[in-house]
Amino acid sequence: MKSARTMLGLMLLAATLAAAPARAGDTPEPAPPAPPCDVPAYLLTSESSLPKVTDAVKANQPLNVLVVGSRSSTIPGNEASAYPATLQAALKEAFPAATIDLSVELQAKSTAEETAGALVKLVEAKKPTLVIWQTGTVDAMRAIDPDDFRTAINEGVVALRGAGADVVLVNLQYSPRTETMISAPPYLDNIKVVAQQHDVPLFDRFAIMKQWSDAGYFDLFSTAHGVDLAKKVHACLGRALAKFVIDAAHLGPVQQN
Amino acid sequence: MSSIADPIAGSPVAEAKAEAKVAAAAPAITLPATGERELRLDLFRGLALWLIFIDHLPTNLLTWLTIRNYGFSDATEIFIFISGYTAAFVYGRAMLEGGFVIATARILRRVWQIYVAHVFLFTIFLAEISYVATSFENPLYSEEMGIMDFLKQPDVTIVQALLLRFRPVNMDVLPLYIVLMLFLPLILWLMKWKPDVTLGLSVLLYALTWQFDLYLSAYPNGFWAFNPFAWQLLFVFGAWCALGGARRMSRILSSNITMWICIVYLVAAFFVTLTWYVPQLGHIMPKVIEQWMYPINKTDLDVLRFAHFLALAALTVRFLPRDWPGLKSRWLRPLILCGQHSLEIFCLGVFLAFAGHFVLAEVSGGAALHALISVCGILIMCGMAWIISWYKHSADKGASKKGADGNADLAGGGA
Repeated sequence: MKSARTMLGLMLLAATLAAAPARAGDTPEPAPPAPPCDVPAYLLTSESSLPKVTDAVKANQPLNVLVVGSRSSTIPGNEASAYPATLQAALKEAFPAATIDLSVELQAKSTAEETAGALVKLVEAKKPTLVIWQTGTVDAMRAIDPDDFRTAINEGVVALRGAGADVVLVNLQYSPRTETMISAPPYLDNIKVVAQQHDVPLFDRFAIMKQWSDAGYFDLFSTAHGVDLAKKVHACLGRALAKFVIDAAHLGPVQQN
Repeated sequence: MSSIADPIAGSPVAEAKAEAKVAAAAPAITLPATGERELRLDLFRGLALWLIFIDHLPTNLLTWLTIRNYGFSDATEIFIFISGYTAAFVYGRAMLEGGFVIATARILRRVWQIYVAHVFLFTIFLAEISYVATSFENPLYSEEMGIMDFLKQPDVTIVQALLLRFRPVNMDVLPLYIVLMLFLPLILWLMKWKPDVTLGLSVLLYALTWQFDLYLSAYPNGFWAFNPFAWQLLFVFGAWCALGGARRMSRILSSNITMWICIVYLVAAFFVTLTWYVPQLGHIMPKVIEQWMYPINKTDLDVLRFAHFLALAALTVRFLPRDWPGLKSRWLRPLILCGQHSLEIFCLGVFLAFAGHFVLAEVSGGAALHALISVCGILIMCGMAWIISWYKHSADKGASKKGADGNADLAGGGA
């Protein structure tokens, strides 16, 4: 009956393992309850800077922001609640004296390569101070070669910089439901590499949303939500992105209004 | 216990052709003479299976136990290497004793089994995502749900899946294994001639892959997530070790210099990995090194990953002797059993990972539930391994004498 004892041992082991997290979950958190969608400071700071944004705000010039992204940069039918709108609101709140213009350019089904080709024209037309480029989802879904993906972002960033705009990169959403179907890691890694190479601030949307999911602020797994969850998540994303931009532009003190 | 000493010529086909071919077998390669099963291989293959299962689930507490968090390589490397090792061990013997045709025939039968297993998993996958596609309406993820578009063309999708070109995430290992096994007869035939040249050719192919960016395309677009042109290196290296290479390397392996190089490399890799998980440490890393090193390419088996695996393997061989009594202990028994039935347990692991995703999606639960699902999965895998070995050794005993299929589980080659 050696194997029966083995099984018993395993079950005991399993019970201990299962009990450990349960205990961890039960212990009351020492800190007071965090406000919803709190983000750890390290995800909202960047070593890279946004000199054009800094100058514009300091010189009281209008801050012209262009968001370029795929469908996850909007909520179908509720554009006013999507993160670009909340970003604009949060920036206005932080710099009441400044004019903040924000436009959104959706490239719903374009890969980074396709978008990169269109960027220069967009920038010439709108003359933004800051381009927020959300990318990666379409490439991950189409399983584009990560090397090609990296090259495309690389070219896009160089073109944007060359056209005189600051750039912030935004990566994929954390989407636990489609984790078995979309492989995000190669794309997350490659965006990070480009951001490091060009000293571009990278807003790690994936890590932030994962943090919220793990912390239980949002149940991103569940199917039972209507547009409400999307609105809440986007509101939080917009605020976090505003903080991130303000930090990267070294406009910190203003932010603590 | 089926051992590698089982008579290979047990199958009638083998007996018929064996005589003709035996003479052709020039022993350029050597196989260990003993019939003792190498339990270390089973142990680590079992471990790799557990880790692959955990890595396929959403991140949870147990994820922190998997080796990919502590260095560059992960369970896939262990798995492919051991697969190459055991496959060469079993079919190399068949080739020496039965000849090329016999060995090829047996390898192809194995390939067929793995293929069927892959198709079986694919049907389960289809069921899972069809369910998700019909039940999931979340405006937050309207873009990501576009991935279900292939369901609109089931005819094309299914045919592409049968051609191994449509491979959902987490189902990449079996197609890689199928391709590697298909080339095993050629590899073994070359090894029989000159093992070192074979390994050299494999390294050359690996280098060419990096130089000329060779890859296999996938459906609907993209490429194979595990590039067979690159990953063959681990498989062939495993085969080379099994056919005498490991013994010839024993002096290098037991030298202290090797040990310290391995330790230094593993520690360095550990610190690099640490900066991924503790981003506050990120600024310690010199930018020059970051730019040189990243991205660490899993698709093409980055040299850093391969070296990391070699270092791990060298230390393991050094500090875990083949006759370590712990290998017989009942605490490691579940791991070893899983490793001995690797194809079945691998498939079960993929299935359980799907099932785990499903449960997590339906029942909102915290960290505790996530960890519980991982533990249950591992228990189910152990239970299944135990049942399979019971079938092999008790239930089937009267029905079929140990023969060709007695070997299949070692050759289980472990998908």
